[in-house]
Amino acid sequence: MSLLEMTAVELAAAIKEGKTTAVEAAKEALAQIEAKEDLYHCYVTIDKEGALAQAEAVQAKIEAGELTGTLAGVPVAIKDNLCTEGLLTTCSSKILSNFIPTYSAEAVLNLQKAGAVILGKTNMDEFAMGSTTETSAFGATCNPWNPGHVPGGSSGGSAAAVAAGECFYALGSDTGGSIRQPASFCGVVGMKPTYGTVSRYGLIAYGSSLDQIGPLAKDVTDCAAILEAIASHDEKDSTSIKRQDTDFTAALVDDVKGMKIGVPNDYFGEGLDPEVKDAVLQAVKVLEEKGAVVERFDLSLVDYAIPTYYTIAAAEASSNLERFDGIKYGYRTKEYSGLHNLYKKSRSEGFGEEVKRRIMLGSFVLSSGYYDAYYLKALKVKALIKKAFDEAFANYDLILGPVAPTTAPKLGASLADPIKMYLGDIYTIAVNLAGLPGISLPCGKDKNGLPIGLQMIGDCFQEKKLLQAAYTYEKARGTFSMAGKEAI
Amino acid sequence: MANIINDETIEYVGILAKLELSEEEKEQAKKDMGRMLDYIDKLGELNTDGVEPMSHVFPVQNVFREDIVSNSDIREELLSNAPEQKDGMFVVPKTFE
Repeated sequence: MSLLEMTAVELAAAIKEGKTTAVEAAKEALAQIEAKEDLYHCYVTIDKEGALAQAEAVQAKIEAGELTGTLAGVPVAIKDNLCTEGLLTTCSSKILSNFIPTYSAEAVLNLQKAGAVILGKTNMDEFAMGSTTETSAFGATCNPWNPGHVPGGSSGGSAAAVAAGECFYALGSDTGGSIRQPASFCGVVGMKPTYGTVSRYGLIAYGSSLDQIGPLAKDVTDCAAILEAIASHDEKDSTSIKRQDTDFTAALVDDVKGMKIGVPNDYFGEGLDPEVKDAVLQAVKVLEEKGAVVERFDLSLVDYAIPTYYTIAAAEASSNLERFDGIKYGYRTKEYSGLHNLYKKSRSEGFGEEVKRRIMLGSFVLSSGYYDAYYLKALKVKALIKKAFDEAFANYDLILGPVAPTTAPKLGASLADPIKMYLGDIYTIAVNLAGLPGISLPCGKDKNGLPIGLQMIGDCFQEKKLLQAAYTYEKARGTFSMAGKEAI
Repeated sequence: MANIINDETIEYVGILAKLELSEEEKEQAKKDMGRMLDYIDKLGELNTDGVEPMSHVFPVQNVFREDIVSNSDIREELLSNAPEQKDGMFVVPKTFE
């Protein structure tokens, strides 16, 4: 078996047993990047020299018995909104096109402690605002299953890199579906943990009350191992939570007997592609056959999640992105007259269209006279949405549905109509509003061979139930081959 | 409700957002924001009387820690990201006469 076909956990085991080395793995991944990047464009920055140097250092530590973890020596790709010390971090924006962080995000440090080798930084929608990775200032990423289609977004570069074998796993961030949806479009596993499980320190903020870092991986086992490595309580993120139950790999048990699964009728209505619907319902049947108790129910308020999300996320973005002013770091306009003109011109030239659109909307809904009618109203509806989930989880261990209404759209088909693009987030967005964990894993392909994703949603802190059900489904489903397999 | 977005509103939002828009961009922004607000107005269908606004999912209160310096002096590294620096400081245009 080629190294590139291995999962992260398999590779780490092979390195530990001396069958291969971290250096060999990094070289293979870099060779795959070199062979495929022109076609897929998953990365903004590739750190070839740095990766090889890290791999050598990590290999020495493995041989010395200092690094023994389940991910030691495995090459990883990091979404470009996570700060990496000394390595360009752009958020796929012109305004940060020259930004070299002086520190690394806590989640990245946690991975490095576990022996990760960072290959580079992956492409994304600018500031994570988008669902296709087409709003990147550095060009779109293509879907490795069919380069004429988008990889999803905003963590599209991370998902595509995993699918194409250009890394063994990746980190992404999820504010409204930005890990789960690209995972679905690229046929990989993606997980958004409960809000506060992974420190946001060093994650360049978009919607702080919604943002959460999580893994994109080849299978559920990898996903659990990665989450176990990155979850930590961190004093530097005051919203981070002290959890004792972060031994997520303990949940990899092939058993769903008696598990109660709720299937919301509202997730199977108008707008859902029939092929996606069939594949997801087929997966429900598989879990039922494995002993899960499945029930249909009405979740309610589903249509209100998107307007609530865009109000809150835009409001938080308008505030978070005020820091980009052309003074301390990032892009500064060439000609200006006075301080305010410097701010305005640097920002107008540095931000892309979608980012400006959301900053303006956010500034408006927070402005005096409209704050109550828009922002406060959205926070109230958010409370109602959380209550609807609380009621559902009083009856069910988990909720199961599609990730997105369709498979990956064609490149260039989404940006012309923002609201239509926003509607694609309908099944993922409420999870962020309610702070819940969600996992996306492949459950089939459409007639064009594009992957279809299945989403499981758990109550807060119930990642283990999700991982157990996902693992059980994955065992029953069998291997889902990688996009780039024939190329490897 | 989209008619609340007139030229004045766009000017005002431009000031709040610290963005300089061309005439063409202003027209587009007016259209985009109007459509988006029409869509958001859907929330008005819900009765939220007596509902507490939820800014945070968990009841997290202020989190305190001792104010102890834990990072080292990295002034040079920080300044090296600045578009313009001089004598260990960020350079900005003159802000008052």
